[in-house]
Order: sequence, then C-alpha cells, then structure tokens
Amino acid sequence: MNDDTPVLQIENLGISYFVRAGEIPAVPDFSLTLRRGESFGLVGESGCGKSTVAMAIMRYLGVNGAIVRGRILFEGRDMAELSPEELRRLRGSKIAMVYQEPMSALNPSLTIGRQLQEVPIFHEGISEAEAHDRAIQVLSDVNMPDPESVMIRYPHQISGGQQQRVVIAMAFLSNPSLMLLDEPTTALDVTVEATVIDLIANLRKKYNTTLIYISHNLGLIVKVCDRVGVMYSGEMIEEGEIREVFKNTKHPYTFGMFDCIPSLDADKHARALAPIPGQVSLPHERPSGCAFGPRCRYFEAARCDSDVVDMETVGDPAEGHRVRFLRWREIRHEPAKPLVETVEVRKRAPAEVLRVVDMDKFFEVREISLSSILTGKAKRYVKANEGVSFNARRGQTVAIVGESGCGKSTFAKVLTGLETATKGEIWFNHENIAKIPVERREPELISALQMVFQNPDGTLNPSHTVGGAIGRVIKKFGLASRRKEINARVAELLEIVRLPPEFARRRPRQLSGGQKQRVAVARAFAGVPSTVIADEPVSALDVSVQAAVINLLMEVQQQYNTTLLFISHDLSVVRYISDHIVVMYLGQIMEIGSAENIFDPPYHPYTEALLSAVPIPDPDMQQKRVRLEGEIPSVIDPPKGCRFATRCPHKISEICDVTPPPDQDAGAGHRIKCHIPLDELRRAEPIFRKVEPAAE
Amino acid sequence: MAVFIVKRLFWMFVTMLVASFIVFGVMEFQPGNVANKTLGPYASAESKAILFEKLKLGDPLIVRYGRWLGVLTGVIEDPLADPDLKLGFNDPRGSQYFGNLGFSTLYKVPVNDILWDRLKNTGMLAGIANAIIVPLSMLFGVLSGMREGSLLDRGLSLTGITLTSIPEFASAVFLMSIFVVTLGWLPGTSTLESNPEWSFASQLVLPVMVLVLYDFGYVARMVRGSMVEVMTRPYIRTAILKGLPYRTVILRHALRNAIIAPFTVILLQINWLITGVIVTEVVFAYPGFGRMLLEAALFGDITLVEAATVIALVVAVTTQLIGDIGYMYLNPRIRFT
Amino acid sequence: MTDNTSNGRRAPTKRDPNVAPDDMLVWIFERLYDLVNRILEILYYLIRGIFRWGGLLRESPVAVIGLLLIGFWLFVAIFAPLLTDFGPNAQDFGALADPTPGDVHWLGTDHLGRDIWSRLIYGARTVFIVAPIAVFVAYFVGCTMGMVAGYKGGVIDGLISRVSDIILSFPVLILYIILISTVGPSALNIVVAVTLASSPGIGRIVRGMVLDLRNQEYVDAAKIRGESPLYIMVVELLPNARGPLIVDACVRMGYTIITIGVLGFLGLGLPPPDPDWGGMVKDTTAMVIVWPHMSIFPSIAISSLVIGFNLLADGLREISMRD
Repeated sequence: MNDDTPVLQIENLGISYFVRAGEIPAVPDFSLTLRRGESFGLVGESGCGKSTVAMAIMRYLGVNGAIVRGRILFEGRDMAELSPEELRRLRGSKIAMVYQEPMSALNPSLTIGRQLQEVPIFHEGISEAEAHDRAIQVLSDVNMPDPESVMIRYPHQISGGQQQRVVIAMAFLSNPSLMLLDEPTTALDVTVEATVIDLIANLRKKYNTTLIYISHNLGLIVKVCDRVGVMYSGEMIEEGEIREVFKNTKHPYTFGMFDCIPSLDADKHARALAPIPGQVSLPHERPSGCAFGPRCRYFEAARCDSDVVDMETVGDPAEGHRVRFLRWREIRHEPAKPLVETVEVRKRAPAEVLRVVDMDKFFEVREISLSSILTGKAKRYVKANEGVSFNARRGQTVAIVGESGCGKSTFAKVLTGLETATKGEIWFNHENIAKIPVERREPELISALQMVFQNPDGTLNPSHTVGGAIGRVIKKFGLASRRKEINARVAELLEIVRLPPEFARRRPRQLSGGQKQRVAVARAFAGVPSTVIADEPVSALDVSVQAAVINLLMEVQQQYNTTLLFISHDLSVVRYISDHIVVMYLGQIMEIGSAENIFDPPYHPYTEALLSAVPIPDPDMQQKRVRLEGEIPSVIDPPKGCRFATRCPHKISEICDVTPPPDQDAGAGHRIKCHIPLDELRRAEPIFRKVEPAAE
Repeated sequence: MAVFIVKRLFWMFVTMLVASFIVFGVMEFQPGNVANKTLGPYASAESKAILFEKLKLGDPLIVRYGRWLGVLTGVIEDPLADPDLKLGFNDPRGSQYFGNLGFSTLYKVPVNDILWDRLKNTGMLAGIANAIIVPLSMLFGVLSGMREGSLLDRGLSLTGITLTSIPEFASAVFLMSIFVVTLGWLPGTSTLESNPEWSFASQLVLPVMVLVLYDFGYVARMVRGSMVEVMTRPYIRTAILKGLPYRTVILRHALRNAIIAPFTVILLQINWLITGVIVTEVVFAYPGFGRMLLEAALFGDITLVEAATVIALVVAVTTQLIGDIGYMYLNPRIRFT
Repeated sequence: MTDNTSNGRRAPTKRDPNVAPDDMLVWIFERLYDLVNRILEILYYLIRGIFRWGGLLRESPVAVIGLLLIGFWLFVAIFAPLLTDFGPNAQDFGALADPTPGDVHWLGTDHLGRDIWSRLIYGARTVFIVAPIAVFVAYFVGCTMGMVAGYKGGVIDGLISRVSDIILSFPVLILYIILISTVGPSALNIVVAVTLASSPGIGRIVRGMVLDLRNQEYVDAAKIRGESPLYIMVVELLPNARGPLIVDACVRMGYTIITIGVLGFLGLGLPPPDPDWGGMVKDTTAMVIVWPHMSIFPSIAISSLVIGFNLLADGLREISMRD
C-alpha cells in the first residue's frame, strides 16, 4: 500500500438483517471512498443505517446481520478475506471507534487505567509500565486534568465529559489509520460538547487520522468535517464537500433537512421551519425506484418509481459532489414561507399570567459518612433554584435555557406542583401557588397548567390506548362525561395534532417518536389549559420531526392563545420560537430578556459561551470562539459568590468569588447578573457574523 | 462503608430479637400447652401444677420471653433444672451459663449436647454439596450464558428447570430406586452409625446427590441469567472492538460483572443447605439438624424447637449480611461512591 | 350551553335539576347503552387477548409442553370419578398379595391395598384447589404490600420492608414446620402458612417494580392531572407490572405445589386418609426396596406437574422478552 491508496473503499455494500419474518435489507447499496487524512461526516436521521455501516466496517453486525453484497477494502485489502485473528489485530489498533454513551461503553468494574493499558499491551506487546506511561501521555493529549489520579479511578467516578475523553483517548492510543465516531457528543452538555469537538479536530490534525463522523446534527458535521454524505433509508443520497453541499444543495431531502433546522439569525416571524411530510418507510417496505419518492415534493409518477436511481456527479468531478436525484438539473430549491404573520405592534402588552418572585427550591441531602457526622456538617443543601424571578404574559412563549444541573426541570416541577418551593412566590391566576403541592390544588388550577414531557417513550403509559390517555384528561377535567362526547373530543384533538382518528385505538408501541409527542401535545392541550410547560419536548426527536412538532406547538398555541413555557438546551430552537428567554446556570438566572436582546451584546459571559458552543450548520457563519474550562460544578453547596465564577473566562477578581453579583438592568426588561459593568459588556463582539465567501 | 456495617449489625440484632420473640410467642402462647408438652400426656395434674408454678407460666408472654433470654445469656438459672420437678435434667456445664439453650424433652439431654452435633453433621453434608454445586454451576452457567440460544444453553435451561421441579423426596425416591434397589451400589439409609457393610463415605453419596440435583439447576440458571445480561452490555462490545482476544473479554471484562449478582445467590444457598435440607435428612434418616428440628416440632419439644430456630436464624442473618457486604465490595459503583 | 371565557375554554355543561321526566328516561337509557357498550368492549378485548396469547404461546414449544402437562393433570382431576373404578380410600385386600401394576390396578396398589391411580387423580384435586387459592391470596397480600411500600415510600416503606425482612430471614421450611405443628394441619392453615411465607417475597418484587416504574414520565403526567395515589397505583402502574408478575405466579405455583408435597411428606399435610401426593410418598418410602412403584408414581406425579408450571413460566418469559 502506498500513500495514494484510499484508507477505506466501500463498494456497493449491502447489509441485511435476518429475522424470523425474513430478510430486512437495512442498507441496500452504499459506496464511499476515503483518502488519508480526510474527515467525512455521515449524516442522517434515526434508522437511516449510518450506525449499521459503521458496524459493518468493524465487521461486528451481531448474530442476525450479514453483509450480503459488495465489499469493503481497508488500506487496499478486502476485509472479507481477513482471518478472525487478523481482524482482531486491526480492531482497536488500526481501526478504532468512539461510541455514543461513554458511561455504558466503559466497563464499570475495571479501573480506567486498566482499560486504557490493555490496548497497547495486547496490540504491541509492550510491558505494563510502558503501557502506563503511554496511557498517561494520551490522557494529557485529551486535556484530562490530573491524569495520574484518573488512572486509578473507576468510570462512575468521573463526569460524562471526562468519560468521553477517556473513550477518545482509548481510540487514539494506538494511532489508528481510521477512526469511527458514532454520535460521540449526543449525551453531553453543549459547552462540554464544544470542547470535545475542538479536541477531536485538534487530535485529527495532529495525527492525521482519517475520520468518519456519524451524527444527526448537521451543525457538528459542519464544524468537524471536510466532506459530508447524507444517508436516507440505507442509501447515500448526496455527497460532497461541506460548503458545496450547503450552498448548492441538490437533493430535496438534504435541502429539507437544512430548511427545517432553526438558525440563529431568524425567528418565527422571518422564516418557517418546513418539516418533511410523511415518514421514512420501513426497510422491508421500501418503494421501488427512489426511496424518498413518496415524500418528495417533486415526485413524478412513472419516472421516480420505476428503476433504481443512481448517483450522478454534479459539476466538476474533481470536487466529488454527487447526488441521487433524477431531476437535479431541473429543480431550484426555495425556502418555505413563514407560518406566523408578522405581529403588529400592540398598543398594550397582554395581561400577565405568571409571575415568579424570588423563588428558592432547596433539597436536603443527608451525608452519612463518619467524617461528616463528626464535623457536624451532616446536612447539606442542593440549591436547585435560587432567587428565580420572571414573568410571562398571555400568549407569549418564554424559553428557559440551560445545561444539566441548571435547575430548569426542578423549576418545572415546582410550577406544576410536583414539588413545592422552599421560599418565594409564584403568582398564577391570582393565587400564590408556590407552596401548594398538586394534591392540594383546585381542579381549575390544575387544568389551567399542564405539561408536555421530554421523553416520548416514557410519556405515555404503554398499557393505555391513545384515545384512553387523552380521554382520561377530558373526563378528569370535566369537559365531557358521556363516551360519545369524549370520543368526539378525542377525534377533534387528534385532528389538531395532525394524526388520523384511527390512532385513538393504538397503543404507544405502535407509534413513532414524533407521533408519541404529538399525542403528548394533544393530551396536554385536552384540558384547554391557559399555560403549558414544555420540558425539552423535541430533544429526543429527529430534526425533521422536531420541526413538525415545533410547528404544531406554535399552531396550537396560537389557536388557544396559550402561554408557552419552553424549556430547552437547544439555543437554535429557542431562538426560533421564543419571545423571551431566561438563561439559567446552576440554579440561578444569569440573563433574561427578549430574544433579540439575548442574542446580541451585551451578553452575560455564560450566555456568550453557550452561544459560541452551539453547532451551526452554516459554513459561512463565523462563530466567535469562547470555551469554558472544566465541568459544570456540583449543585451541592454551590460557590458563594457568582456561581459562574469558577469557569468564567471574563472573571474580574476575587469579587466574583466572594460577592453575589447584582442584576443589572439593560433596558426593556433585559437583565444581566454580572459584576462586569454594562458598558463593557456592550462593547463585546457579537458572537455571530455572516461572512461573505470570497468572490469566485 | 463502616457505618453501613454497623447499621446492618444493629438491624441483624433487632431482627433476631423480633424473630425469636415471634417463635417464642407461637410456641408458648398457651401456658397449658407448655405444661403438656414438657411433661408428656401422662403427667398428673399435680406435677403440671408444680411446673406451672416453677416456670411462672402465669406471667405475660413478654416477661416469659425475657426470662428465656435471661437463661440464654446466662443471667438466670434454667428453671427446668430444678430438682423439685423430678425431670431428671442434668447439665454438666451447670444450670446457669452463657449459651444455655435449655433441655430437650425429646432426647432427654441438654440441648447443647445434641444440637451442635447435629449441626456439624448437616454442615458436613452442606459443605460437600456446596463444593460440588458452586464450581459446576459456575462453569455451566458461564458457558451457556456466553452462547445464548445455543444447544448447550437451551439444554442447560431445560435441565435446570426439570431438576428444580423435582422435590427432594421425589428425586430421593428415583435415585434410591436406581442405586439401591436395582444396582445395589449404595445404602438406603445414612444413619452414620458404623456399619460393616457400608462405609461412612458411601452413606453420604445419595444425600449429597439429592442436594446437588435440586440446587444445581437453580444456581446454574442464575449464573447464566447474569452472564447473558452482561454479554449484552455495550462495554463488552467496546472490549471486542478494541481487538482484545475473546478469552480476555470473557475472563476479564464479562466475568467480573457477571459474578456480582450470583454471589448473593450462592451465599443464600449455603443458608438453605443448612436449614432447608430437612426432607433429605428425613428420607435417608440422616442424623442432621433439620431432622432434629422436625422431630422436636412433631413431638412438642418446645425448648429444642426454640433453640434450633434461633441458631437457624443466626445462620440465615449472618449469611445475608456476608452476602450484602460481599455485594458492596464486589461492585465498584457502590464501593467507591 | 357554552360559556366562552377569554381563553376559549368551555365550561363543563351542568345538569339542569328541573329536567322533565321524559328526558330522564332518555338519560337513563343513554347511560345503560354506554354501560352495555363498555361491557361488550371489555369482553371483546378479553377474548381477543386470550386468542392473542394463545397464538403467541404457539411460538414457544416450551410453554406448550408445560400447558399440556398442566392440562393433563387438570383434566384427570376434574374427571376423576369417571376415570377409575376405585375410590381413593377403598382398600382391596386381595391385591396385597401382588400390589404391582397390572390390569386391574393400572399403577398397582399401596401397602394398604388402595389403588394408586385413583389416589393420584383424587390427590390432584386437592392440589388444584389448595395451591391456586394459596397463591392467589399470597399475591393479593403481597401486591398490596409491595405497591404501597414502593409508591408511598418513607416510613411506611421502611416498616413493611423491615417486617418482610424478618419474615424472609426465617428459613422457609422451618417457618412452615413451626406454624403447622402448632396450629395443626388443615387446608386453611396451609393457605395461611403459604401466604405468610410467600407474600414478603412477592411484596419485594412488586416493590422493586413500582420503584422502577414510578419514575416514568407518565406517572408524573398523571400526578399533574391531579390523580389520586390509588388511581396511579391501580390504573397506571399495575397493568405495566403484568408481565413479570404472571411469570412469577406460574413459578410460585410450582413452588407451592412442592411445598404442599413436602409438608405432606413430613407428616404436616392434610390429615389421612385423604390422598396427598407427599403423604403417599411418606407412607411408602419404607418399602422402596421391595415395592418401589408405590413411591415412584406419586413422585412422578408431583414432579411432572411442577415441571409443567415451570416450563410454562419459562415459555412465558421468553415470549414477553421477545415482545
């Protein structure tokens, strides 16, 4: 093999799963060529087969899976011809993998050091002492603080971000030629994700490793990869260099994906999120001809559903932009029209619906170690929420943004009565509900405040039908009592959430994630509440489905004039739909204001870091780079002064550690909790800047 | 961790107190019953009255329980030793000492003379059985867990299910029909008395076989279940994709995690082997702890039943404690919080 | 009768107390219609459920074998008088000369001349009455304990768990021996003893499941609706605990049958002369060297029935995992 041989050549790969019912062709035809040092992003939604391809490269398809067609050449050699021993020697040394959930990827009963050391010991036969040194070396490469102590710890003793660094370290230990990364940052917080992404990019440059980066997040791909390939239903449907694919998108699915991702410079009044109608067909029900045909705007009968569609080259073959679309020469893609009409300036602000005044929520933690009993510090507090104050008006959307541990979920629980506040007031419907648990609330109050949950799999009771679940709400809140009436209302609601009425008889396991969330929305709105809290309602969904559910929420909100409290960590979505934004960190509100105010300077330092960490799928958008050191500190006994002081890149002096910062008023309801004077904050550079590409 | 052990010891103690009180209560609830059982059905009304007075059977239950505790810990003299009762109970160790478990009306000796002997016999049986069960079930459990769905696995599952479904007396009958009646290789009873025809060891074979047959299936399936669960975990995939040899993956990565759950099961088996083998002992007339307890219960020997139950409780609670501590130790997630 | 408040909510329609009698009839009729509809729907789902289960069962040969074994014994138990000429306690002294199996006595007779086959199938009746009742009662008590402990938590949980621990630390057989030797053997006492011994174990399983399930979001959703704890336990949690509980019930039936057999063997079973499989073995073990068939047949009977239940349980477990 010489330097010209591609590291990886996949030729017409076909992968199928064999189950009792027969053969399921998960990946019918996949081809890819990678040269040394390239970084390729493989993008697609769930079930498109991207992880299957990765497993096929590793030749680890499980008992039922098999490669039925085509071949994979690694460094020129056909992998099918390798003996099991040769294959074993490739894995972990020349081809390495990084997984999605770092905690489950690491063995909980072995120390980190052990798990790292065994790689070079088995592959290169070096001694334990040498392996130990190598492990320390690679841990420092991944910026792990204090590598020596990490070596003797167990996986559960370090944080999620650190675990993922260990997994990355393990992969880079033997300096592999090819590295596969399967959604490596999905389980991490945004700011931690940004540092891990930087790390991967740096390591790649340093070792000149070839990367395949698998993700459903286009923004991440744009940050890390040179080239991108979009997969749909087991096939590659568009491929090319990042900038080219973005500017000159040819396939309607790719275009649809870009079109349904909210961007950080436009909100609901300026553009629409255009979801892609329909659903991916199941692998064994793939239509003949183009797999995307049934959902395609430009579908032409007799042309698009007859023969197999091949990849065709667009423009200069040297650039490698290819697309699997029959009509690519004829179609120009247009973005969709916005849904929400521009709102006329109101004479009066709408009525206030919710007012939270200085709310605290502390949890008691009892320490039972001997030392704590002796020193008398047995009682500690988790200050989940502290000093939370804001208000929301009728019909508005207020977003609460923050990473894990910021207290947003706790806040939702206090609002709905699952928990009660330790201190402070919450005024809703002229009542202070801060200390009233849900068991003691009046039915009127309960029905006025409902919630949509995060996890579509857990949100519906698997033993109840859809109709039963929604009907129960209707009955409970007294909106109908006779079966016929209830069923009629259920049918109405199903229509509002764009589900066919037959779905009333279905059970959750027969529904997809997006459909389950729609049912959850129907259930939340069944009681005609005046306020709905949505706790990360779209985080677990695919991008195109996200767009649909977001649109749905907005529609229903408009129809009922409901106030929406939207909790999320996804700033792009938040930018899109909210009128006001609350930024929380470690239980406190760091910044609060209207959407425009938050996204332009002055920024709270944390907001600035958050904004700079959001992956944006636009190669022309320049993002100022602000990175946070370390991990999110524990919520038990938080720091005395400013809670963000331990990681703040703009920390002034000890005043930040000692004194709690004041709430500075930047006008029009914009508040920033920081010691840095407002003028200085105003002079900061905006995070986002659109850069015009150099003239051709 | 140390706090945990202290807490558990405390609860162990409380459990023992409550449980022994319950046993005491069940057995000695009716004072008249006590007199009957102790003296036998042919005792005169007069001797019953004397007994009633000596044992102060008119006192409330809790006081009597306290008195029993007192005898046990050596604080009080055993009232049954009183020569006025003419029961003829004589304990060479005296009538007031720590660990005085009283007198057995069935065997007519101090409990301490018969109980520990019997316990030793049962322990011997349990030890041999365990020594066979644990390695065998680990081996088969791990092997079949590694290859889930294979012939070995299905075979083991079915065998295990069948074996645990056969009660001990049934398997004893089957085994006896084969080895005693048809083949004549082994003796039909195992009284452990010196016998010119059958050696000591040969008398142990059948009881041990019965125990092994009954228990092996259960433990092997537990180990298998745990192994299967571990093999589906993502970290096994990580280990394989790191290019480690399969043997290392199993021995170093899988076993370590698979052992954790069955460990408690195995300890509980020790518990069962000591206290639950009554049936086997009865079938083979083996002079063991369980048979002693059964005969005492059927006869109405209250003292012996109470004493034996307390000892059984000690065994049970101790094995539970060791099991819990072991579990905490083996599982790094709990050991290093 | 809609009242449109500012947020578009419709106030619930109230019943007008001055309604005319004709309308009342209509109202009653409509209610009855709803009720009948509801009952029919439940029946439909029940029957469909049985068919679905039946279909599923066919997928697991193990479960089918188990069912066949159980079915066999159930059949002979029900139709016992039709399947034999001899009463279970009738003694045929003539047969004592050669009690081995033959044309007259299919499985031979025992040492008192009683036909073994008759005793087996009449004994099956006892088993099929006592065991299910015992398991059912134990489940009722155990589930209640477990759900309350798991859902309420706190002090109640602590109390129930402690009591369970204490009972569970009794070696099971010893518990039975003590109980029955004190209160005397009878069917009722056996049921009570089994309940006492099994319900802590069941309670612990149920509690574990409830602890897992109650963190699900649909439980939170129910709470936010203002549902009562009882509703949540029975309507939201219990149906989802079905699968493992059914499997456990089958296994427990097996154990209970063994227990009843063991108690009979130890002399603590139902009083003679009623046939009791365990008792049959007890009476005839002494003669195993000469006439092994007397002990072997009842042993086979009890083993096969328990194997049936355990196979069924294993098959069900397989099916539920595959779901």
